[in-house]
Formats: sequence, structure tokens, C-alpha cells
Amino acid sequence: MIPAPFDYVRPGTVDEAVRALSEAGEDAKILAGGQSLIPVLRLRLAAPSVLIDLGGIPELRRIRDDGDRIAIGAMAPHDDVLRDELVHEHVGLLAKATATVADNQTRHRGTLGGSLAHADPAGDLGGVALALEAEFVIAGPGGTRTVPADEFFVDYFTTALGEDEILTEVRFPKYTGWGSHYEKFNRTAQSWSMVGIAAAVRTEGGTIAEARVGLSNMGTTPLRARGVEEALVGQPATADAVRAAAQRVTEGTAAPSDADAAADYREHLARVLTGRAVLAAAS
Amino acid sequence: MAQVRVTVDGVEYVDDVEPRTLLVYYLRERLGKVGTVVGCDTSNCGACTVHLDGRSVKSCAVLAVQVDGCEVTTIEGLARDGELHPVQKAFHECHALQCGFCTPGMILQAIDLLGDNSDPDEQEVREGIEGNLCRCTGYQNIVRAVQSAAQAMKPGAAARVEAPVTVAGD
Repeated sequence: MIPAPFDYVRPGTVDEAVRALSEAGEDAKILAGGQSLIPVLRLRLAAPSVLIDLGGIPELRRIRDDGDRIAIGAMAPHDDVLRDELVHEHVGLLAKATATVADNQTRHRGTLGGSLAHADPAGDLGGVALALEAEFVIAGPGGTRTVPADEFFVDYFTTALGEDEILTEVRFPKYTGWGSHYEKFNRTAQSWSMVGIAAAVRTEGGTIAEARVGLSNMGTTPLRARGVEEALVGQPATADAVRAAAQRVTEGTAAPSDADAAADYREHLARVLTGRAVLAAAS
Repeated sequence: MAQVRVTVDGVEYVDDVEPRTLLVYYLRERLGKVGTVVGCDTSNCGACTVHLDGRSVKSCAVLAVQVDGCEVTTIEGLARDGELHPVQKAFHECHALQCGFCTPGMILQAIDLLGDNSDPDEQEVREGIEGNLCRCTGYQNIVRAVQSAAQAMKPGAAARVEAPVTVAGD
């Protein structure tokens, strides 16, 4: 199918983009990599009057060392993120989860910021951003503000971004030396995760000293499994101890039931995959 | 209307397009590049895969206006002087197609994969083409063809490649 008609704007700077968004009003939509938005337009699930394409703003693709954080431009394509040496060294979990997003072609176009701002709870990266306590840098008419990950995801496909605001950068604290793993269950490359588990752990002499666990598709937003994190700390990185801690993964979740999986099956998957992800991260 | 200046298969075009025009329809309907096919309406199948500035993309998930200033390669731009690209040749020799509808996208994605990994094992080929569906389910020979092309494309392998296949119409 062909999208409904729209006007197209391609600003060259973030300021121009913010201005274009304010002028275009509430019926405008930001175009990042387009790998979710263009299919949505094509299926006519949305028909914005104006598209503001961030593809002409080179600074938004940059990945840089920002002291105690790695700052990733919102328009950095998945393929750049998963190959980036800074990301590998300091935010390994993000590199691993990004490598599983959709397929090669989609990873060449799709972007970190677009994926997070789209806020599909089944997306692979929201749980990573939550678990790793990322910060979201947001530009609007009044300037720039920063929102922590646990305030960014508000509801199903809904974030803290105002209608006149643009996500410009995502900053991840450095987890240098941590082990990490992303484990997901899906039927084909292009299908969303039935459940995705993002795990990062820091071990000291075979004992888990710190743990971070994020969940995809276990509620209306990405979620963080704080119960599992608490249960893991101080435990030996053994299969029995990790599996016991993983039982707490469903605390505070509201797994959906849909054509892919029933809620109780998702809960079962979450327990099993959490055990696998944490063990792989700790090994 | 928006103006787009784009190089497709080595030829520069300047066209006015509606912003809503998908790249795949621009290629097919404006430029007549019907070798790039539309297989699905959901960006799942990968049949419309082309190279955009050297990397594979699904041309149904890109707007024509977004490729302003870029270089696009389609299945029609791979042959050189009437000789098929080694990956095209390998698909021909390994019978890596049944109905042939997925073939343009499979070949473009295989070339992208081999650019990253010049000697992929079977699993790496399967993962490399995971964004491309063959509904004849003819994956076995597709995987063989990609691995055969990898061997043929190795430096010094030219002597082992069979006689060039002539492109119809040349």
C-alpha cells in the first residue's frame, strides 16, 4: 500500500527540527530510521500531515565518550551501535541486544533513538535502557532537558516526550568489566520478542556483586526486574542460585496474551530466559 | 513535490517525487527498474532489498525523498560488461531459485553479507539472510550458492570460475 499524502521537512540542525515541529503542530511526526514508522504509514495506521526527517542532522549520529558515560546520538543506526568499540567496551549489553534487533537490512536503517521513542514494549532496547539506567536527552522549544529511563517509558507506545520535543541523545553509564547477555524468544527474525531478557552482572571471585535485569514484552512498557537483581546480589554465579533468583522475574509484571503467546507462557519463558541470560552474563 | 537527485546503478537521475513515494515504487515505476520487486506489505520479506550507499536496505521501508544525494544499486546494476556478478552466477549454478521472486533481494543481501564476512559458515549465511524470505522454502540451495560465491570471490579464485554466463539481451 501507499502512505497517505504528507509534507516532508528535512532540517539540518536540531534547532531547525524543533522549530519545524512547533510550526507543524500536533499532527506532525518525527521520522528517524523509519523502520517502524514507514510500515505504519504504508498500512495507514497513521496519517500525519507533516514528516520531519532527522536524517539530515549528522551530529545526531555521533557516538562519543562523555566521561563516565557513553553518549549515543538518537539517529545512530543500530548497525553503528553494535559495531562501535566504545559501546562494546563499556555498554556490552546494548551491543548484544542491538545485534538481535530485526534483520540486517532493518539494522542498517533503524536507529537507537527511533526505537526507544517508538516505545513498543516488545522492542529489544527499552529493557536495556531501563536496566542500565540510561538518560534521555530531549530538545524542545524551551531548551534541553534530561529524563532518566525509569521516567521515560510511560505507557504502551507512550514516552515522556512532549509533542513539541525531540529525543536527541541517549547516555549510558559505563559498565566496563561487567558481563552481559541478551536472551529472547521469537519465532522469526522479523517477529517481536515474545519475551526478551537483558542482563548485566558484575562478579567478584565467583560471587555476583551487582546485577541489572530488564524485560521486554512483559507489560505495557519495558520493565526492570528489581526483585531478581536484589535476589542475585551476594549469590554464587551457579545455575541453582541464579535459577532460584530468576523466579522473582514476574514480580510487578503484567504479561500480555496475544497470538504469539499467552500470559502464563510468557511468565514461564521469563523465568527460564532470565536464568539463561544471567548465567551467560556471569560466565 | 520534492526534488530528489540520486544515482541508481551508476546513472544519475533528478526527479520530482511526492514525499510519500516509497523508494521501491520510485525504482519500479519512475525508473523502470522492475527487477526490484514488492513481495509483502509489511517489510518482512526482503524481496525489495537494494543497496543504499553500499549497505542493504528494504526499499519498501525507505522514502524516495530520503535517498536524495545517495547512491542506490539494484539487481540490475550488478552485472559488468555482460558478465553476471559472482553471486548471481552462483545462484544460477547452484539452482538457488525456484519461483525466483525472492532472488533479487537474496542476491543483494548475500553481497552485503559477503562484504562483511568473506567466508561465512552455514549458520552465518542463514543469519545473514534472515531478513529475506523464500516462500518456496528453497533455502538449502540459496545457502550453498552464497558459500559457493564466497569461494569464487576469494582473491586468486578467478581461474576456477566457469565460463561467463551471457546476460539475455546483451
